[in-house]
Amino acid sequence: MTNEKQETTAITLTVNGETMSGVVEPRMLLSDFIRQDLQLTGTHVGCEHGVCGACTILIDGVSVRSCLTFAVQAEGCRIETVEGLLERDGKLSPLQQAFSDHHALQCGFCTPGLLMTATELLRTRPGASRDDIRDAISGNLCRCTGYQTIIDAISDMGTRLLAEEKSA
Amino acid sequence: MKPAPFSFHRPSSISQCLELLHALADGDAKVLAGGQSLIPMMNFRMAQPEALIDLSGIADLEGIRLQDDNLIIGAMSRHNAIKADELVAIHAPLISLAYDHVAHFTIRNRGTLGGNLCHSDPASEMPAVMRVLGAQMEIASADGRRLVSADQFFFGPFATAVEPEELLVAIRIPVSPRGRRYSFHEVSLRKGDFAMSAIAAAVDLDVEGRVMRARIGLCGVSDIALRAENAEEGLVGEYLNLAAATAAADAAVTSIEFNDTAAISASYRRDLTRALIIRALLGCTEERL
Repeated sequence: MTNEKQETTAITLTVNGETMSGVVEPRMLLSDFIRQDLQLTGTHVGCEHGVCGACTILIDGVSVRSCLTFAVQAEGCRIETVEGLLERDGKLSPLQQAFSDHHALQCGFCTPGLLMTATELLRTRPGASRDDIRDAISGNLCRCTGYQTIIDAISDMGTRLLAEEKSA
Repeated sequence: MKPAPFSFHRPSSISQCLELLHALADGDAKVLAGGQSLIPMMNFRMAQPEALIDLSGIADLEGIRLQDDNLIIGAMSRHNAIKADELVAIHAPLISLAYDHVAHFTIRNRGTLGGNLCHSDPASEMPAVMRVLGAQMEIASADGRRLVSADQFFFGPFATAVEPEELLVAIRIPVSPRGRRYSFHEVSLRKGDFAMSAIAAAVDLDVEGRVMRARIGLCGVSDIALRAENAEEGLVGEYLNLAAATAAADAAVTSIEFNDTAAISASYRRDLTRALIIRALLGCTEERL
């Protein structure tokens, strides 16, 4: 079985607003499809068994481990990766800028996953408390920062989003 | 790309899925629910199914509804959907309590209750919760449907009553009687990790505060989700105080063969479990739901 040529399937999906397609074996992980086939290497692959959170992306607005999803399962889905956060002019998004301002990254390996987890959290609960934030990012491992500065960045962004909502 | 090759099938109905299970019965076919346990095992090649049947296209497996005196949870309902569900909070509050300890947010977005139960991980919370709640598992096959009680469903790690050509389609939970008290206590290395020990408790008290009925479920302690039946029986007729809770905890831990792992010894796990049972039982006196 292992040496047999595998059947492939054509898939079409929306990635960061653009329609993209590819031809994949069923066993192709979505994380590998994104990095190798779509060449979007912002999504990082760490543990490849769902523990570290580095490969977190959004599928139809919901955070998902892309290493625990097969590419064929993403057929017709709307995918958001860290590349989609950038502003049109190439500037960092406010959340990314907040990470930079608060020193919420050092080596940066966990950052794409944390940014996507935080994006989901801030869309649904911008008023999340520090404890809520801690809980929300508990599935994203960071070995550099000690997390405090990450919580600072997300909390600061949430406060600003709430203020914008009020003034709007 | 690490998983071994497999053929991929995505049925759109339960009957189509059962046909596929029958057609693929000679090979090693696995059903794919949320994939949060199966895909890691495939990535490590600990699991190398020849065929995967993805259930995500079967609408009949999703949704939570009340039917007569049962809460019916579709097997493909995602953990986060159940955790946030109002019917569940009202009619099966123990599930909502326990979900605070189940995995991390992103895993709960994808993982399903049915997949979790069929995986029968001994450290997973929901099998113990289902035993305490007296849940019934609705299992479909070409011959029709059958119900298996949670007490009869779990055979051991990764082994359940679901036969190769069968599919768990829904979980039926009797709605909670008024006044039943629940509590859930867990210790794990990190929040969201698997339990080193966790206790689910449900208690009915009479007007004078004596125990009429008690259910104590345990997970993380042994190779299967357990109920401490001797402790449950011993509590009946007792006032639920520290002495009664301690006696129940002592009775429970004597009848369990505790797991001994590199990180957590059996004796530590036993002491932890004893403390958590006391905490869980006394917790039932605090909150009236």
